[in-house]
Amino acid sequence: MATYPSTANSRALPPGGRARSFLRRGQVGEDVAYLVTLVAAATIFLITSLIFYELFVQSAVSRQKFGFHFLFTQTWDPIAGNFGALPFIYGTVVTAALSLLIAIPQGLGSAIFLAELAPRRVSDSLTFLIELLAAVPSVIYGLLGIFILVPFLQARVVPVLKAVFGFLPIFQGVFYGVSYFSAGVVLSVMIMPFIVSVSREVLLAVPKDQREASLALGGSRWQTTWHVVVPYALKGIMGSIFLALARALGETMAVTMVIGNTPQIKASLLAPGYSIAAVIANEFTEAVGSLYISSLIELGLVLFVVTFIINGLARLMIMAASRGGAHS
Amino acid sequence: MTRSGAWKSVMNVLMFSLTGLCTLFTIGTLLFILGYLVSHGASALNWAFFTKLPVPVGEIGGGMANAIVGSAKVLLLATLIGVPIGFLGGVYLNEYAGAAAAFVIRYATDLLNGVPSIVIGIVVYTLVVHPMGHFSTVSGGVALGIMMIPIAVRSTEEFLHAVPNSLREAATALGASKWKTIVTVVVPAAITGIITGTMLDLARVAGETAPLLFTALNNQFWSAGWSHPTATLPVMIFAYAIAPYDDWHRQAWAAGFVLLMFVLAINITARFILSRASYAPRGMV
Repeated sequence: MATYPSTANSRALPPGGRARSFLRRGQVGEDVAYLVTLVAAATIFLITSLIFYELFVQSAVSRQKFGFHFLFTQTWDPIAGNFGALPFIYGTVVTAALSLLIAIPQGLGSAIFLAELAPRRVSDSLTFLIELLAAVPSVIYGLLGIFILVPFLQARVVPVLKAVFGFLPIFQGVFYGVSYFSAGVVLSVMIMPFIVSVSREVLLAVPKDQREASLALGGSRWQTTWHVVVPYALKGIMGSIFLALARALGETMAVTMVIGNTPQIKASLLAPGYSIAAVIANEFTEAVGSLYISSLIELGLVLFVVTFIINGLARLMIMAASRGGAHS
Repeated sequence: MTRSGAWKSVMNVLMFSLTGLCTLFTIGTLLFILGYLVSHGASALNWAFFTKLPVPVGEIGGGMANAIVGSAKVLLLATLIGVPIGFLGGVYLNEYAGAAAAFVIRYATDLLNGVPSIVIGIVVYTLVVHPMGHFSTVSGGVALGIMMIPIAVRSTEEFLHAVPNSLREAATALGASKWKTIVTVVVPAAITGIITGTMLDLARVAGETAPLLFTALNNQFWSAGWSHPTATLPVMIFAYAIAPYDDWHRQAWAAGFVLLMFVLAINITARFILSRASYAPRGMV
């Protein structure tokens, strides 16, 4: 809150003549301004609560019928009215994990380069470019995924992977293009800017004397970076990773377009699958019957709760990392 | 130099080169996306795209005029809903709220910011579409409006926070009441930043597809009005990209190009304006 000096026109002032009506007018304006902004702020709180409330209430039919089995059942059969979320949870987790596996090394590498090696001006402009990646709409990532990435993976990457790692169960089976693998790769590009830009900030916030102490002890620049600066900033880096994870779990369009939309659980990353957000996007408008709709809403509830927890953790870590730094 | 010393410098060069490679790869991805959309999208673009309605399956040509107008309508409504709430909430946070209230509102805002967009779509469906009985432009605007709130709050709060307290004290010393100080001194000092924040906010939701799938739905024709379904650019891109027709794919690229240019133009303009703002918070410029 911005601090104001105690003002002259508080209610305590002795009233009198014209000044009195002027002061009263000021006081009314004061109250109105306060109320209007308070109502707006309360609305934000209400909307957020309302989202949770609606998801909870509207998923009642499904929750009562299936209970916690909903989360561990593999069947998704709208005709028989049997709904289980496991294939979607599996697909969501696998694609998000794969995207982190690609984005963490690359993102952290970029952040280290931008924070430790690049001159500040160069680093700032490159970071701006990387942040533009976050501004690209997800449906455009989907478009590029379908028409560029999938054919590329099919022609170049997957044959090599199969030749080298084909003995592993995760790289077996026929590759049709749309798959967990394609979705994970698209997601990794989408979450990269979050990891790079937040990690770079926390790396830059590491005090100079930490670096100087290590260099004075004879550490090379890389040793200093890897053994001193990165551990010092680890909480903030973890925070950026959790932020990216929450993003990856909730991402809808790009995943829907390349994951294959098949409700099954396969060990192979090359098989088509499905994710929570994708099944909601595809089936919600066509769902008939309260059980079907409420099952889809329950999937939304699962997604909401999971991203809520992960975002909360991310925020705590980033707050802990930037303690004493800039405000907020 | 000892053996371990040599090893140390080799590692030094090797690892930093790897980090450079990572950066190159990340930047390269962006340049590739831009380059591909410009070369592929711009060539697919023609005048008809902006002026004609989509044509039935099998016919070549047509455009997405209805989707462009639809997107504009949905975004206008979203701005009218999201920006006032977000702006006033931000003013409350920075100028009025005590520590406890500020914590609660800030937490709610962060939470809202993290809600997956598809979930917002579901909730607006159950709250607006279902009671109204049909999909509508209005519900699409509501969904995107809710998505605009968190960024509007945060940018308002941050830019108000950057206004020095001496300005507030000066206004108070001249006899202005608190709300007059806010309206005539504090907000005007931060207005450039708040407006650019709003622009970035708009750019962010302009490409949102998921919350529109079951609110604004889609439409092959001109929307019959605010309470009827409408086409929007992002949903059209999705529908055309997953359809099996080559000419639709061409149109999807054209629409992708238009959407991306719109979003990037706003982002770059906002960055340019921000670098000249008089009071800007650290980290925003």
